[in-house]
Amino acid sequence: MGERILMKGNEAIGEAAIRAGCRYFFGYPITPQNEIPEYLSRRLPEVGGVFLQAESEVAAINMVYGAAGAGARVMTSSSSPGISLKQEGLSYLAGAELPCVVVNIIRGGPGLGGIQPAQSDYFQATRGGGHGDYRTPVFGPASIQEMVELVMEAFEVADRYRNPVMVVGDGILGQMMEPVVLPDPKPLDSLPAKPWATTGNQGRPPNVINSLFLDANLCSRHNEHLQEKYREICRREVRYELVDPEGAEIYFVAYGTTSRVVRSVMNRAREEGIITGLIRPITLWPFPQEPFERVVERAKAFLCVEMSAGQMVEDVRLAVNGRRPVHFYGRTGGVVPSPAEIADALRKVLEGRDPGA
Amino acid sequence: MFTRPKSMRKVVMHYCPGCTHGIAHRLVAEAIDELGIQHRTIGVASVGCSVLAYEYFDCDFQQAAHGRAPAVATGIKRVLPDRVVFTYQGDGDLASIGTAEIVHAAMRGERITVIFINNAVYGMTGGQMAPTTLVGQVTTTSPGGRDPRHCGHPIRIAEMLATLEGAAYVARVSLHDPAHVARARRAVLKAFRTQLEDRGFALVEMLSSCPTNWGMSPREALRWVKEKLIPQYPLGEFRVPEEEARP
Repeated sequence: MGERILMKGNEAIGEAAIRAGCRYFFGYPITPQNEIPEYLSRRLPEVGGVFLQAESEVAAINMVYGAAGAGARVMTSSSSPGISLKQEGLSYLAGAELPCVVVNIIRGGPGLGGIQPAQSDYFQATRGGGHGDYRTPVFGPASIQEMVELVMEAFEVADRYRNPVMVVGDGILGQMMEPVVLPDPKPLDSLPAKPWATTGNQGRPPNVINSLFLDANLCSRHNEHLQEKYREICRREVRYELVDPEGAEIYFVAYGTTSRVVRSVMNRAREEGIITGLIRPITLWPFPQEPFERVVERAKAFLCVEMSAGQMVEDVRLAVNGRRPVHFYGRTGGVVPSPAEIADALRKVLEGRDPGA
Repeated sequence: MFTRPKSMRKVVMHYCPGCTHGIAHRLVAEAIDELGIQHRTIGVASVGCSVLAYEYFDCDFQQAAHGRAPAVATGIKRVLPDRVVFTYQGDGDLASIGTAEIVHAAMRGERITVIFINNAVYGMTGGQMAPTTLVGQVTTTSPGGRDPRHCGHPIRIAEMLATLEGAAYVARVSLHDPAHVARARRAVLKAFRTQLEDRGFALVEMLSSCPTNWGMSPREALRWVKEKLIPQYPLGEFRVPEEEARP
């Protein structure tokens, strides 16, 4: 582990990728994630890698496909409208079982929306935003330190399952500076071997990277194989943080930046004698069921807070499955919910009222 | 002795009788054999009739999304600059949905070789109008013949890409008779040599026949290439590597 330094979120993402052994980045400019490609355009050539600015997000994700198929650790990043354009490529990457890391620094939508922080791409990220039955693990860090660690872990998970992995942040996590301890770089000779990669068939039969199965039965078998892999990811890769103080009755559910605003609300509420808990999903897919099982019996209600019109709350309702009331409070379009607004929502829940009304 | 190229697998192709894809495949495989690069070549298949190209070539392959083959090839080549990377794309793939990818691969001077099959029609989906369809040509989506007032004139890809400095070798050839196939063979070799010599982007556009979707016999289709396609799409080398261009 190195020393504690002050770093901007987007630049920390770039440095974390390099330390994970990523040597290839293909991207296209879009706010508020521009510091990621800018940082990597400087740094990657220094470590023998390649940064390439593509003609579009569509081209960038397909360059990622080619590079991943050639066996490289590779990353792209973008923000919401650009991530929409990458969905075609993500479907092909998932279908052809290619590992890569995709960072989405989410901004308000729909359409051009705005450039302020949002969490309104949750559905797109967690449901497999492109066509076909596929999933991508999604990490939602809440600090720059956690961002660094999860970006590095994302490359491991991607290689382990031969699947794209998404890391989602928002404009705040991308733009703010925080102290961070950068983990040591991963030795390149320790990265997993990829005997399936297309590197030229010297001394072996040809490798083919492909998502086409014209025979319905073969395509079905391929899908069953993918589903088995996704079940394995659900068994092994769930991550969450549970804040469960003695006497908590209301449990917040929040991730990323929103979870930090919620924490300050929890601290203030405690000063007033109101004890609350927090379930913070770190993997948005697979969504953590376990913390809900741990607290649902003693919880009075759940309050999900998001920077969206209510997307993760659907997963919260599935997890709670009608056993307790699930309330929602959200702000949209790039507005960050204030501690006062969330405190007001908490008060309403305590009074048995609907905070969204 | 006339034998199967080493770089082609011993399988039956799915192409229609009289289609020139088989000839084009063979020319690519012969070039790979002649240059001795089979085991360091990575092909990129596109979407269209040649979607299954990875089943016919005996080398590593990636299958790309519609139009994206040059971007996929870019990703491969940037990771493995000492390997040989080629794409094999039709006119729906390259000249329509994939125009951004092909233009920018050429602009960057990507060290890749592109084999571009122009048969003036969407083949696999059943004969719809392509950007390369001739004025007046009847297709399933231009039942009254292509009307330039409604959907423009045919696009000349080779000439367009030849305006870019990154394009080191750009040629258009035809596969309608043996003499032209021999010329096409030389062009394919040059296009691979351009990459091996690190000169830049290389593309060979091949005028090809599609008897099934043109509603012609194979022989009529080859005559149509000669009499209708070549006047619209002149043959020749539109860009050659600089050293070669010197007198």
